[in-house]
Amino acid sequence: MEALDIARWQFGITTVYHFMLVPLTLGLGMAIAVMQSIWVRTGDEKFLRMVKFWGKLYLINFILGVATGLVQEFQFGMAWSEYSRFVGDVFGAPLALEGLLAFFAESTFLGIWIFGWGRLRKGLHLAALWCAVIGSWLSAYFIIVANSWMQHPVGVEMTAEGRPVMTDIWAVLTNNTAIAAFTHTIFGALIVAGMFLIGISWYHLWRRRHDGIDTTDASGRVIVGEVASVPGRDRTDHGVWLWSLRAGAVVAIVAFGGTALTGDWQGKLMYEQQPMKMASAEAACHTGSSFSVLSIGDPGTTDCRDVVTLIEIPGVLGFLGTGEWGADMPGITDLEPQYVNQYGETIPDDELYGSFAGTEVNYVPPMWVTYWGFRLMIGLGGITAFGALVALWLTRRGTVPSSPWIMRLAILGILAPFAGNIAGWIFTEIGRQPFVVAPNPDPSGIDGVFMFTAAAVSPGVTIGELLFSVITLTAVYAVLMVVEIFLLVKYVRGGVASAMPELAPRHDRGDDPGDRPDGERDDVLAFAY
Amino acid sequence: MEPLAITWFVLIAVLWIGYLLLEGFDLGVGMRMLFASRDERERRVMLNTIGPVWDGNEVWLITAGAGTFAAFPEWYASLFSTLYVPLTLALVGLILRAVSIEWRGKVHTQRWRSAWTAGIGIGSLIAAFCVGAMLALTTLGLPIDGNGDRVGGPFVWFGWPAIVGGLAVVGFSLAHGSTFLALKADGSVRSRAAVFAERWSPACLVPAAIWAVWVQLEHGGNPLSWALVLLAVVGGAWGWVQARARREGLAFTGYAAFGLFGVAAIFAGVFPKVLPSTIDPAFDLTLMNASSSPYTLGVMTVITAVSLPIILGYQAWSYWVFRKRVTPGMIPDAHIVLPAILRDRDAARGVAPTA
Repeated sequence: MEALDIARWQFGITTVYHFMLVPLTLGLGMAIAVMQSIWVRTGDEKFLRMVKFWGKLYLINFILGVATGLVQEFQFGMAWSEYSRFVGDVFGAPLALEGLLAFFAESTFLGIWIFGWGRLRKGLHLAALWCAVIGSWLSAYFIIVANSWMQHPVGVEMTAEGRPVMTDIWAVLTNNTAIAAFTHTIFGALIVAGMFLIGISWYHLWRRRHDGIDTTDASGRVIVGEVASVPGRDRTDHGVWLWSLRAGAVVAIVAFGGTALTGDWQGKLMYEQQPMKMASAEAACHTGSSFSVLSIGDPGTTDCRDVVTLIEIPGVLGFLGTGEWGADMPGITDLEPQYVNQYGETIPDDELYGSFAGTEVNYVPPMWVTYWGFRLMIGLGGITAFGALVALWLTRRGTVPSSPWIMRLAILGILAPFAGNIAGWIFTEIGRQPFVVAPNPDPSGIDGVFMFTAAAVSPGVTIGELLFSVITLTAVYAVLMVVEIFLLVKYVRGGVASAMPELAPRHDRGDDPGDRPDGERDDVLAFAY
Repeated sequence: MEPLAITWFVLIAVLWIGYLLLEGFDLGVGMRMLFASRDERERRVMLNTIGPVWDGNEVWLITAGAGTFAAFPEWYASLFSTLYVPLTLALVGLILRAVSIEWRGKVHTQRWRSAWTAGIGIGSLIAAFCVGAMLALTTLGLPIDGNGDRVGGPFVWFGWPAIVGGLAVVGFSLAHGSTFLALKADGSVRSRAAVFAERWSPACLVPAAIWAVWVQLEHGGNPLSWALVLLAVVGGAWGWVQARARREGLAFTGYAAFGLFGVAAIFAGVFPKVLPSTIDPAFDLTLMNASSSPYTLGVMTVITAVSLPIILGYQAWSYWVFRKRVTPGMIPDAHIVLPAILRDRDAARGVAPTA
């Protein structure tokens, strides 16, 4: 294995992992901010419980996102020093802005929110949460600005030494690729949050029926009950779950519409900016306008002769790419000579490229990854939206069906949008290969602003070091994911009372209250580590 | 010399000062949880003094890293790739510490708490040592070639500068964290931290002082940097006098002054280099050859000039909101999370659901 391969695996593993945590933070954070706003406005106890319960799960997940985000900030320099040197003038800026304008607000105000229960006025406490959530959304924006510059370099010019320097920060910040990708990512995160709300609420509504607390009348309409022996299982509890479930379903459906619109926009930009990525996502070997429904071939192929298209729909691809039915879209066999012509047949024979110097470049990304990544993303999104619609229909009489199998399916459904998000990112990042900074062959591309991935890795770092870090980080991440899931399951099963000790009877709260004088008890923190 | 590059050299120093002064006490409190707590309530008092603020403090590190990337890409690339192993360890330490703080109180068994207490303490120790080693090495030099790449194996950085720098940040964090606890906690935690600050803080601050003087000797020093060294020593000594008199606020201020002037002295001493090469002075990374274009520096300067005062404002406000000492009585009881399931025995006791 080359150092390059290990470095790429490391970036892939750490980034995909990080992005399993982030969408939940983005989506659920916004959901909780809305819930708390409703509570502050109406004083309805149900919404306070929702904030407390979902907030607890949010925080368990949030911290792992923060912790793994640290690696993201430093690994460009560690493993990709040549990349950092080449792009630093333009790429470092959005990262620094992310720290200054997003992370500080996110982390500081979240601390205020967590510990601020009962210490701040309600409105101020709510404002702290909004600042934290907006901070997290802004951080997503800035990092996507950085990523989009790698897909569609703008706002720079080349110096005499052959490096891009920034000439227009506004162009970098308003890069159309970034706006499309940011909105797409946010909608994707909202789908994650929606399905999370549905799956977990479903479990609790089902549990209430299973335990005989809620029953149904002859028409199937719910009769809400309560039971004193289980903390939190009162009548309000039913409203918490039903409202969460149905709101989650609406969010997921609307957000799916959002991903479709923004995804369509992204696709059109991609045809313009990175035609090879879109052609490979379609396994479109020849120029034409048919959309492939099923193509098969040798897995891992980058060669068109190995691809057989079994089912295709005429005209659709042209519509997706340009908005015009039947418009011809360039295929791989036509694009390849263009790329060779513009960017060379071989990687330059320069010591910078190490063992890759002078080797032949393959401009076609691994097609099975892009082809299936693209379809998995869309397919999982569609399944999710359909599931959310079904959830709305099934809960129309105020509770869920008593079937444990549908409940399990709803829980399983939580995973679908996570997988869809990951598939989308893997598609777009693998589809950029063999470039780390993709050239845009259309006239809007800036001459010379591109970089082969093979040239980006740190020349001074050894294979041993890379192996050490990839193994260490993967092992630590794996253990932490097990702990996170264990904690999430534990707190989910506890219901609202897991986040609101005040719902539990005194003797169930543990610890021995008798070991401190009553005089010291008047200012007990509402939350403490 | 480009004035904007000088501005960013100062801003990077400011970001590191912010990090070391704020996260310094978090790391110190974390390390003290390993050896200076007698029971669970004490550990929770300690942890909750930093509870609302530690995550915001850590952003100073992220921003120092990202700011270096934006303003001095060559420095960012060379330093972090050369120090690949210690930086990986620092990241693992920080990850471990972060999740340990958040997850420690989520389950109430002895094993669970002990494991995450160790995670907080050891994570803090590793992070403090590795960050210190990295900062010492970027001021005292690394074997880098003309492209800024490391000459030598993965451990070529290990030597006295790394050890002194590592101990400097560990020691400073312990002293600073102890005065912080004396200031922010109450009860036995407060008194024990005050005793520690009184007895051990001079020893804790020595490695940092050695590092600051070493930088001056290595790079020739200048009147400003020597004056800053002097101010740091005076601040530290004054802090110690206050610690002995148990004036907790002043002791904390004194050690903060030590950190502030100490880091300033180190950056002033190494100026205008950012990463000296121990192979050939011609390979030194400096303000001139490592910085971004004037346009990028200018844009970043404007945005930082506007946002940094706002950040300082709301971070200060967060300290104001949580200004009260954490007393043992303020710590809520442990909350045992049980599944919300109606068990058969409940039904047998006759508490069946009421419709």
